[in-house]
Amino acid sequence: MTKSLRGAAACVGVGMAGCGEAPGRSAMELLAESVHIALAEAGLRVADVDGVFAATAVHSMPAMSVAEYLGIKPTFSSGSNIGGSSFQAHALNAALALEAGLCKVAIIAYGSNQRSAGGFTSISEPMPYEAAFKPRNPVTAYALAAARHMHDYGTTREHLAEVAVAARQWANLNPDAFAHGPLSVEDVLKARMINDPLSKLDCCLVTDGGAAMVMVRADRAKDHPKAPVYLLGAAMAHHHRMISAMPDLTVSAATDSGPRAFEMAGVGQKDIDLLMLYDAFTINTILFLEDLGFCAKGEGGPFVAGGRIAPGGDLPVNTSGGGLSCVHPGMYGLYTMIEAVTQLRGQAGDRQVKDAQLALAHGNGGVLSSQVTSIWGNEATL
Amino acid sequence: MTDTKILGPEAQFRTFLAEGKFMIQRSKSTGRHVFYPRLAVPGSGETDLEWTEASGDGVVYSTTVVRNRPEKGGDFNIALIDLAEGPRLMSRVVDIEPTAVAIGMKVRARVGDLDGAPQVLFAPV
Repeated sequence: MTKSLRGAAACVGVGMAGCGEAPGRSAMELLAESVHIALAEAGLRVADVDGVFAATAVHSMPAMSVAEYLGIKPTFSSGSNIGGSSFQAHALNAALALEAGLCKVAIIAYGSNQRSAGGFTSISEPMPYEAAFKPRNPVTAYALAAARHMHDYGTTREHLAEVAVAARQWANLNPDAFAHGPLSVEDVLKARMINDPLSKLDCCLVTDGGAAMVMVRADRAKDHPKAPVYLLGAAMAHHHRMISAMPDLTVSAATDSGPRAFEMAGVGQKDIDLLMLYDAFTINTILFLEDLGFCAKGEGGPFVAGGRIAPGGDLPVNTSGGGLSCVHPGMYGLYTMIEAVTQLRGQAGDRQVKDAQLALAHGNGGVLSSQVTSIWGNEATL
Repeated sequence: MTDTKILGPEAQFRTFLAEGKFMIQRSKSTGRHVFYPRLAVPGSGETDLEWTEASGDGVVYSTTVVRNRPEKGGDFNIALIDLAEGPRLMSRVVDIEPTAVAIGMKVRARVGDLDGAPQVLFAPV
């Protein structure tokens, strides 16, 4: 029997910097500014930090680079990189380290200047047995998944487009989102095709941005200015690295991570007030709604139709505007948790989900490879 | 001392390819076929892998068109192919318009040249 981490640690500060375009600033500068903002929110100083968790697409040993830049000598650190879901995994690892007393104040940090530096960057090695065929990853892999989902379940390009439209409608309520303005299903269908069946508007933004979160043990969480948001459940799963090794392109490892995260949190799908699902591509949202049990396998397309996940719909999904319309600097996972915290604190302005108490923030990494589900709640949910 | 004459499975596979042969691995005890080449059967760990020539028969599991400017070579296909022996791999379906490749299409492998190197490509049966 494992000891439950439910509510063992809490987020007491978040920060973001340079989301959108930040010319002239490095990935590390955007990361560091985010950390300083998050620490200020938490009423803490850099000198208080003894746990460092970081991943970027430009640092091979990010925990050391971040600790050195900020002037931290951590008692515990992790630079584990499982792609865009690294940060959900960092939150789980931070909770473990805090609970075990290996550190007292943990930061989770990310930064990227990809947009200003010339586009999507990755330190990923070429995939053996795939690279020679020149897939334009990550989009090629997600296009293959979308094509198979359409074939197996009758999902349509209109269904995919509904995801992008809902994300834009949320973004239009978020002054910090990068993409604003009207967007129709027709606009998505007519946009330039990138990898069939995914058009440019089925793909996430390419932005700059830094992000950070501060976590402490629950028994210290109330010593800080902001209302704590507790990590109630978290679990990770990965079944493949290369898309050609994914067992079923319509079923992600979120079918493993989701149930374990729900079990730890002691809540069910019906209890969740909002979902942040890593939407690097429109197919992601549909897959994760299915795999996390919010609808049956294959029904994700019809599920998102008619504005169900848009503002005013039954189920608030990606309320910031998501990776599709708010921010996507290459590794987006930390932003899903920051939006969850913002909503659970009741600080989401025009996009605030009424009485939000429980939020699910799901991270995805690689080519639908790593899946990490986190569930967060305010004090009433403890 | 390591015998440098003994190649690992990846180098052996590429040596076969250079000879025009599409070889995959098969576990003697379980009969299970393995691709990509490994030291042991993934998951179960049997080390009794031997090389066998692939039948070359396959079915398109999924497909996409990588849209590419004409000056950069134009559009091309990327597909995942389920081999008759079981394993799945990434390749391109050639000899046909990339948009005409469809899930469920029967294809056959051939070793062809891609950017100056031998690769396993597929064409409609």
